[in-house]
Amino acid sequence: MSERATRRTIILVPYLWLALFFLVPFAIVAKMSLSQVATAIPPYTPVFGLEDGPAVWLAKARELSLDNYAVLAGDRLYIDAFLSSLRIALIGTAILLLIGYPMAHAMARAPERWRAVLVMAVILPFWTSFLIRVYAWIGILKPEGLLNELLIGAPLAIANTETAVIIGVVYSYLPFMVLPLYAALERMDRTLLEAAADLGCPPWLAFWRITVPLSLPGIVAGCFLCFIPITGEVVIPDLLGGSDTLMIGKTLWTEFFSNRDWPVASAVAVVLLVILVGPIMVYQRHQGRQLEAGR
Amino acid sequence: MEPPERPAAHRAAFAPWDDPAARPLVVYDGVTKRFGAETAVVDLSLAVYEREFFALLGPSGCGKSTLMRMLAGFESPSEGRVLLAGEDLAGVPPHLRPVNMMFQSYALFPHMSVETNIAFGLAMEGRPRDEIGARVGEALRMVKLDGLAGRKPHQLSGGQRQRVALARALVKRPKVLLLDEPLGALDRKLREETQFELMALQERLGLTFIIVTHDQDEAMTMATRIAVMDKGRLAQIGTPRAIYEAPTTRYVADFIGDINLVEGKVTGAEGSRVSVMTALGDMVVAEASEPVSVGQAVAVAWRPEKTRLVRAGETGPAGSVMLTGTIADIGYLGDWSTYHVDIGGLRLKAALANAVRRAEDAVDWGDPVRLAVAPEALILLVR
Repeated sequence: MSERATRRTIILVPYLWLALFFLVPFAIVAKMSLSQVATAIPPYTPVFGLEDGPAVWLAKARELSLDNYAVLAGDRLYIDAFLSSLRIALIGTAILLLIGYPMAHAMARAPERWRAVLVMAVILPFWTSFLIRVYAWIGILKPEGLLNELLIGAPLAIANTETAVIIGVVYSYLPFMVLPLYAALERMDRTLLEAAADLGCPPWLAFWRITVPLSLPGIVAGCFLCFIPITGEVVIPDLLGGSDTLMIGKTLWTEFFSNRDWPVASAVAVVLLVILVGPIMVYQRHQGRQLEAGR
Repeated sequence: MEPPERPAAHRAAFAPWDDPAARPLVVYDGVTKRFGAETAVVDLSLAVYEREFFALLGPSGCGKSTLMRMLAGFESPSEGRVLLAGEDLAGVPPHLRPVNMMFQSYALFPHMSVETNIAFGLAMEGRPRDEIGARVGEALRMVKLDGLAGRKPHQLSGGQRQRVALARALVKRPKVLLLDEPLGALDRKLREETQFELMALQERLGLTFIIVTHDQDEAMTMATRIAVMDKGRLAQIGTPRAIYEAPTTRYVADFIGDINLVEGKVTGAEGSRVSVMTALGDMVVAEASEPVSVGQAVAVAWRPEKTRLVRAGETGPAGSVMLTGTIADIGYLGDWSTYHVDIGGLRLKAALANAVRRAEDAVDWGDPVRLAVAPEALILLVR
């Protein structure tokens, strides 16, 4: 095999992977979102069968419609769920950045022999099940939970509120914020701060003029790594949010498993993807530019 | 003791260190710096005068960078004081010190253009926009980077980056410019060019430069005075000529340039004339730099280029120390040749200028030769 062919084969493998495990399922979901709900197995029509033949396929294709999207657009529930998800993701990401940045900064400035231990400490929660860790927060936040035991006399009603969801989200996603920030900050040349000081720049200003801009790739990576999955989060709002907290992931889950309305659930999934593709593309472009800049 | 300075035209009368009335600009007063259990600088005192081009020279780990960083404010002395223009700098943070540093790594801000990098220090002073623009333009012209104002550091060559770093440090017109191995990352040719440019710049701007370097050629070429450092201590301080021609310790003699060094014992001393019994026979040193007593262990040293090669049959200059041996090695460098000569179990070096093209009577490997060294060329080393 020539070198060119080898190279093509190597590139082909991930593309085939993506096509097989992303594009094909997405096409199925997209098609499902254009179908109608039915009491059948599978619970929607039309179903294209291999034995049908082109003429039947064409006739069945005429049955596809955008009705489900009209349902989404017409029902406040879905719009609210989307908006609420984006809001929670935005607030959560902002808090994560505020907590994660000082943490990552301190880690990157810690003596070298401590850094590996600190990184380990950030990763350590992954060793327990995500579900158990979120359950633990129920124990902390519930009306007679740990938090309220400590605050005798002034009980807080956090459990089953949006606040609880945000706490859960911030807790769960902290490593995803801290690690990229740490990677960016640790890589930064500290003599740059000395140079800034040497040129008359006080430390707090050097932080804004040098440290923050140079850690921007880490900030962008951390924010997207948190924002995107938080928007579609299911487990945390389900366990901590109670019935009042609307999040699109939970709505999707309900449509799919409780209402058995696969077409509407699929439409929700497609819209969610479209909403998130925007930030993902911004992120990719940013990463591309970083690579081009040779850093 | 320094030999009389032969006045170079442009620096004729510049020797403030000899003038008791001159007030030094930078003073290290009994400075010690410890890092944990290690001591980087040991009770060191030295003074740098205005408009000097002062070199801190020594091998890596000798404390020269630490000394500079204490002036910039990145380290503080464990003991002693660092003074600038008579003021103790203790407690003054780096961003408030009127000195600027050119970093070895250049430390250019990678997210800023060349122009913004250079303007950074002026912007920090809160200068008006027009003034910043004018001064940055001037600085860019000074380092010949006029066309590259909009480039980012990663789009520049090593030499260009070095110039940006220099312009950025100079644009604030610091009282003292600190240069930490400024030419270390440049290739040889560019380094030599830049040395002369730095000297011209320093003279034109009338600033005080302190340079840290491990490269003796660099220090010799550029500096008005050199402080040779050894394990956190000052080994010798003086003009390049003094350091080279009159080293006071074996360490300095050995560190700067090439040298032949023979151990011996003092057999007689009359004034500055000292006779020494060495493995190569008796040698008479014409100008001993310090008093010695008979029986004292000393070393006699001389520079390879102060040696004359006397071929068999020729007679050497009268009064010279004559050493007979054989040529072990010849290194032809174009302008110079170095001869390694085996004499009495020692290998000595002689350097001769190749002043004549196609010299016919060139010596060869294994040839018996005699080396002649004038008593004036011999250096007596006690420490």
